[in-house]
Amino acid sequence: MIRLEKRPSPSRFWATATPILAVIATMIAGGIMFALLGKDPLEAIRTIFWDPLFHETFGPYSRPQLLVKAGPLILIAIGLSLGFRAGIWNIGAEGQYIVGAICGAGVGLAFYPTDSVLLFPAMVLAGALGGWAWAMIPGLLKVKFGTNEILVSLMLVYVAESMLASASQGLLRNPEGMGFPGSRNFKEFPAGHNAEIFTNSGMHWGVVAAFIAVIFAYILLTRHMLGFQVRLTGEAPRAAKFAGVKPARLILFSLGVSGALAGMAGMFEVTGPAGQVSIDFNSGYGFTAIIVAFLGRLNPIGILLAGLLMALTYIGGELAQLMLGLPGAAIQMFQGMLLFFLLAMDVLSNYRVRWLRKEVTS
Amino acid sequence: MNLDQINPILLIASLMVAATPILLAAIGETVVEKAGVLNLGVEGMMITGAVVGFAIGVNSGSPALGFVGAAIAGAALSMLFGVLVLYLLSNQVATGLGLTLFGLGLSALIGKPYEGMKVPTLAKWDIPLLSDIPVLGPILFQHDPMVYVSIGLIMAVWYVLKSTRAGLILRAVGENHDAAHALGYKVIRVRLMAIAFGGACAGLGGAYISLVRVPQWVEGMTAGAGWIALAIVVFASWRPWRVLLGAYLFGGITVLQLNLQAAGVPIPVEYLSMSPYVITILVLVLISTRGKHGAPGSLGRIFHASH
Repeated sequence: MIRLEKRPSPSRFWATATPILAVIATMIAGGIMFALLGKDPLEAIRTIFWDPLFHETFGPYSRPQLLVKAGPLILIAIGLSLGFRAGIWNIGAEGQYIVGAICGAGVGLAFYPTDSVLLFPAMVLAGALGGWAWAMIPGLLKVKFGTNEILVSLMLVYVAESMLASASQGLLRNPEGMGFPGSRNFKEFPAGHNAEIFTNSGMHWGVVAAFIAVIFAYILLTRHMLGFQVRLTGEAPRAAKFAGVKPARLILFSLGVSGALAGMAGMFEVTGPAGQVSIDFNSGYGFTAIIVAFLGRLNPIGILLAGLLMALTYIGGELAQLMLGLPGAAIQMFQGMLLFFLLAMDVLSNYRVRWLRKEVTS
Repeated sequence: MNLDQINPILLIASLMVAATPILLAAIGETVVEKAGVLNLGVEGMMITGAVVGFAIGVNSGSPALGFVGAAIAGAALSMLFGVLVLYLLSNQVATGLGLTLFGLGLSALIGKPYEGMKVPTLAKWDIPLLSDIPVLGPILFQHDPMVYVSIGLIMAVWYVLKSTRAGLILRAVGENHDAAHALGYKVIRVRLMAIAFGGACAGLGGAYISLVRVPQWVEGMTAGAGWIALAIVVFASWRPWRVLLGAYLFGGITVLQLNLQAAGVPIPVEYLSMSPYVITILVLVLISTRGKHGAPGSLGRIFHASH
C-alpha cells in the first residue's frame, strides 16, 4: 500500500532531479516509440540529442541553430513563467508572438528604405508594444469582468493567425513581389534586419534579449518586492491577500510582461531567421514555450537550460527527419511526452511517498 | 455579392451539422467539470479521435466502427490525464495543456499516411413521413445519425445529473470533494469515470469532423473546436440544455460566415473567419459580467485524502 504525504514545502532535491528523470524517461519512452515506427531507437536518440552538437559534418551547421531556436523559446517562457507562478495562465503566447511580429515588421516596412540606426530599436519597441497590447485584452477582461484568461488568450491566437494571413497578403505584402504573398525580405533591408552579431554563431539580438530577460527575471524573483508578490500569490494565495497583494495589478503585470516578451520574440524571429512576414512564419514557439517554462521549473536559470534542450530536440528532430526519415510529428509528440513525464514526476517533489503495511481495520 | 443564394432552411440544417462536434465535446466536458475536474485537453482528445476515427473508417470501410474507435481512443487518452491528475496529483491546467500538445503530435504522427485519402461517410437518415414536412423536415429530420446521438446525449446527461442518484453523487464530488469523501463516496473513482466519459465524447466530436463534416484528414483540422467547446461549457453555466443552445449558436455563426464568404460579401475572408473566435470572446465577457454562479465548487482543485 502506497501513501502520499504532503511535504510542508517542496523538496529542493527532487525539484532539481525530476526534470532530469523526466528527460531520461522520455528518451526511453521515445525510444520505444521510434522502435515501433521501425527505426533503430539508439540511433534515433543519438541523432536527436548528440549529432546536432558533435557530429563532424552536421555539427558546424546545426550548432548555431541551437541559439536561433532557443532564443525565442527562452524569451517567451520567461514571461510565461511569471504568470504561471502566480496562477495566471496566459496560453496565448503564440498570438502575442504573431502580433508582435506584425507590428515590429510593420514599423520597419513603413520606413523602407531608410538606413537610420534608430529604426531597429523602434521596431523592437513596436514588437513589444504589439505583444503587450494583445496580452492586455485577456488581462483587462480578467480584471474588469473576471473573464477566464485561459480561453480568451487562446481564442486570440486564432484571431492573430487570421490577421497574419491578412497582413502577409495585403497590408504588408511586398509591392515588388509580383503578387506573391509575403512581405519584403528583411535580409535585403539592412537597417531593419536582425542579423547575426557574430557570423555563424546563431547569436542575434533576440538571443541577447533572451539572456537579458533571464537575468532580469532572476533579479525580479529573488530581490524585488513584485517578484516576491508573484511567488507569494502562487504559493499561498490567502497569505498574499492578507499581505495586501493587489490581484489586478499582478494580473496586468504578468500578462503584460509575457505579452511584451512574446511580441519581441516574434519581431526578432520575423526580421531575422524567418526573414519576412509570411502566412506561416510562426512555428508554434508560443506553445512549445509552455513546455519550456514547466521543464525549467518556472525558474529563470532552469528555463535557460530547458530552452536549450528543447531547441536541441527541434534541431535533432529535423536531422532525424532527414537522416532516418522519422516523421516530423514524432518530435512534437516527443515534446508532449516530456511535459507529461515531468508533471507525473512532480509528485515526488511535493509529496513524500510512504510504503505502508495494510492497516488493521475493525 | 449575392445574398439571395443563402437559403435559410439549408442554413439551419447545416448549422446543426457544424455544431455537432462542439456539442459532443462540450457535453462530455460538462460532465467532467461537474465532477470537479477541469480538463483543458479537449482539443487534444478531439484531434486524436478525428484521426483514429478516420483511420479506422478508411481501413474497415465502416464509419460507425470509426466512431466507436474514436470514442475508445479519446477515452484512453483521457485516462492518461486522469491518472496524472487524480493519482499523481498534478496541476490540472498544466496537465490538460500537455494533453492537447501531446494529442496534436500523436494525431499528426498517426495521420501522415492518411492525408488526401477518402473515407466512406455516414449516410443521412431520411426519416419517412417526418422528413417530408415542409421547412421542418429538411431542418430536423434529414440528418446523419450522429446529430441525433448528440442530442440524445444532452438529454441523457441532463436526466442523469438531475434525476438519478449517480448524478447526485457526481455533483456532490464536484461541489465539495472533501465532504463527498467524508460521506464515503469514492471521489477518485467517480472522477475517473467522468473523465473517461468526457474523453469518449471528445473523441466522437473529433471523428464527426473527420468522418462527416469535412470528410478528410488534415493535420490540425479541429482548429480550436476543443477550446470553443470549453468556452461553451462556461457559456452554458454547466447546464446541458444551455450547452445545446451555445453549440447551435456557435454553429450558426460558423455556417453564416462560411455562407457570407461564398456569397462574396465585401468583407475580407480573414475577418469573416476570425469572427467565430471574436464572438466567443464577446460571449464569454457577457457571461462573466454576471458573476461566477454555476461553477462547481471544487472545479480545478487537487483532491488529496489525508485519511
